[in-house]
Amino acid sequence: MKARRLGAIMLKELRQLRRDRVTLAMIVMVPVMQLVLFGYAINFNLRGLDAGIADQANTSASRALVMDMLATGVVKPALAVQTPQQLMEALRRGQISVGIAIPPDFEQRRAGGRTVAQILVDGSDSSVLGAASQLAQTPVDSSAPDTRAPLRSTPASGPISVVGFYNPQRRTAVNIVPGLIGIILTMTMVMFTSIAIVRERERGNMELLIATPLTSGELMIGKVLPYAGIGLIQTTLVLLLGVWLFDVPIRGEVLGVYVAAVLLILANLALGLMISTRAQSQFQSMQLTMFLFLPSILLSGFVFPFAGMPKIAQWLAEVLPLTHFLRLIRGVMLRGAGLSEMWIEVLALIAFIVVVMGVAISRFRKRLD
Amino acid sequence: MSVAAPEERDGGAIRARGLSKRFGSLTAVDHVDLDVPAKHVYGFLGPNGSGKSTTIRMLCGLLTPSEGEIEVLGLQVPAQADELRTRIGYMTQRFSLFEDLTVRENLEFLAAIHDLPRERARARVDELIGEYDFADRQKQLAGTMSGGQKQRLALAGAVIHRPELLFLDEPTSAVDPESRRDFWEKLFELTDAGTTILVSTHLMDEAERCHRIAILDHGRLVADGTPAELEAALAGRTLLVHARDPRRAQQRITGIEGVLSVAQIGNALRVLVEKDRDAADRIREALQAVDREAGVEPVDPDLEDVFVSATAHGARERKHAA
Ligand SMILES: Nc1ncnc2c1ncn2[C@@H]1O[C@H](COP(=O)(O)OP(=O)(O)O)[C@@H](O)[C@H]1O
Ligand SMILES: [Mg+2]
Repeated sequence: MKARRLGAIMLKELRQLRRDRVTLAMIVMVPVMQLVLFGYAINFNLRGLDAGIADQANTSASRALVMDMLATGVVKPALAVQTPQQLMEALRRGQISVGIAIPPDFEQRRAGGRTVAQILVDGSDSSVLGAASQLAQTPVDSSAPDTRAPLRSTPASGPISVVGFYNPQRRTAVNIVPGLIGIILTMTMVMFTSIAIVRERERGNMELLIATPLTSGELMIGKVLPYAGIGLIQTTLVLLLGVWLFDVPIRGEVLGVYVAAVLLILANLALGLMISTRAQSQFQSMQLTMFLFLPSILLSGFVFPFAGMPKIAQWLAEVLPLTHFLRLIRGVMLRGAGLSEMWIEVLALIAFIVVVMGVAISRFRKRLD
Repeated sequence: MSVAAPEERDGGAIRARGLSKRFGSLTAVDHVDLDVPAKHVYGFLGPNGSGKSTTIRMLCGLLTPSEGEIEVLGLQVPAQADELRTRIGYMTQRFSLFEDLTVRENLEFLAAIHDLPRERARARVDELIGEYDFADRQKQLAGTMSGGQKQRLALAGAVIHRPELLFLDEPTSAVDPESRRDFWEKLFELTDAGTTILVSTHLMDEAERCHRIAILDHGRLVADGTPAELEAALAGRTLLVHARDPRRAQQRITGIEGVLSVAQIGNALRVLVEKDRDAADRIREALQAVDREAGVEPVDPDLEDVFVSATAHGARERKHAA
């Protein structure tokens, strides 16, 4: 491994990148768009959702609570029923998006400081879930001062409980943003590297390169390092936007966030290299990238809660770098954990990088056959 | 530049025995024996698909031969291919420099890849830019240049580390005649400086310029020697036929025993016959039966005749097999 040759490859890669408008735009646009779309889809101030109301108490206080909720404009009355069961049926039919259930013993509960009402939500639509959480902030005693805390830092566990159906884990932008860093890096890093190498094969540059004294290691590492830098830029972008737009907390050390990001970036770059040793065309490498991307999204715990998955899916998920990254980043950003407390995830990522990178380099032949 | 080792000066730069390459059921290169002397321009002449590129790739260590032995600059290939790569230059058939880098960036990149120290690299790039006429195009993207300019840049890139041996795969296929002439000037300058050049082509006039050539046909080496030797071997076998109706005459002649090929050239026919004096007489007889003024006269053979004669044998064999 010679520094001069490694540097030459990196410089070449950066120079080419500078002239590649489409890729440059992707580097910035993918994170920004994903963050904004995902973030606002969750946090979007939905208004006028169809609500079903089952007020079994029907006291003046319970009616006042319902009126307060309607006054937010988030929901509008669409259906009045007698029991929570009827609400659930209406939910299932899609007739309403939100059900407000007030039990017969509303007054006793209010006096005892217990949960006084339930909001039933079609949790399969996460934006509705977000809106419902807002309803849950409605103060029960309308005369009390409005001490609404920002939505994201207050779990909905006040006097009004939110029950999401079809999506047992309640997600908010807080939970989404750290995961989004992982999703964006997984998508762009694998794609950029696999395409960067396959493109040279397609354009015929590879025949020139392998006829020079360049080694496989220099070629591969020189090609991926610039993309590692790009991955860090993307990470920074998402973090800044996340903090600015959604008040996402970074409770742990920023350094820990970046270490986790670097690990995921390297893991994905190694994966991209592995794909590039197989794919014959840019189209094929896109296909392979997608083929690996879908399980990452579905199994890593980003979309479905990990604990709820069947055992075999869990085992599969353990092989995916994104799974470990999500645990790490949520730990660091949301729970303020240190990397040393999560050494198993760090180790898993390092092992993935070493194995996959080693296989990729050894599979890359300085041959045409 | 290193001084050539004795065995290279006396013997050859390249020696191959029984070199074969199969792709599945296709035999792209079929038991080729090759001796390329040092400091010569050695030509590989053959039609498309005859195995020129495949042979060159095996000689550079980019493809593993299915069979046979290769020694290049005293090194065993592919075993010592890594060492060989520092001493050869290879210009691929397809333009393989980076189209989205400028002329200068491409050369700087190659200089670094070949381990030229920074100072020397800069001097060498400047030198090549002057020598190959890129002074006012240093900042032009390679992809925006003409065929002739690209090919000149590719050659500059291939010689950046002053290799002892250059492989050029159909370097002038996308180039106008004037650029081609300039290009060959450069090649002879390089051999004067001691470089050995192996160049493939499907153009007769280019093959004519080489010190020695090998003719490849369907993966087989069917002839080799200097162009003059190869042409001399055909003495007396090429005829020029004049007839009132050349097309009709061509039909009559084609079937005659001993005739290898008949090609119309303007109003005359150029005929290649087998090594057998009677063929000329038979042609004369056949023609004069219908055309009193028809004439048959011997002409000097050229490389095209050499090529047709060398490939005729294989063609007939394949026809039989089919
Ligand atoms: N990688 C390959 N796989 C399969 N067939 C190949 C491959 N490379 C070349 N060939 C075949 O081998 C033959 C010789 O090709 P090539 O060496 O490129 O000829 P030339 O350079 O003389 O035009 C052709 O029939 C070509 O289709
Ligand atoms: Mg070829």
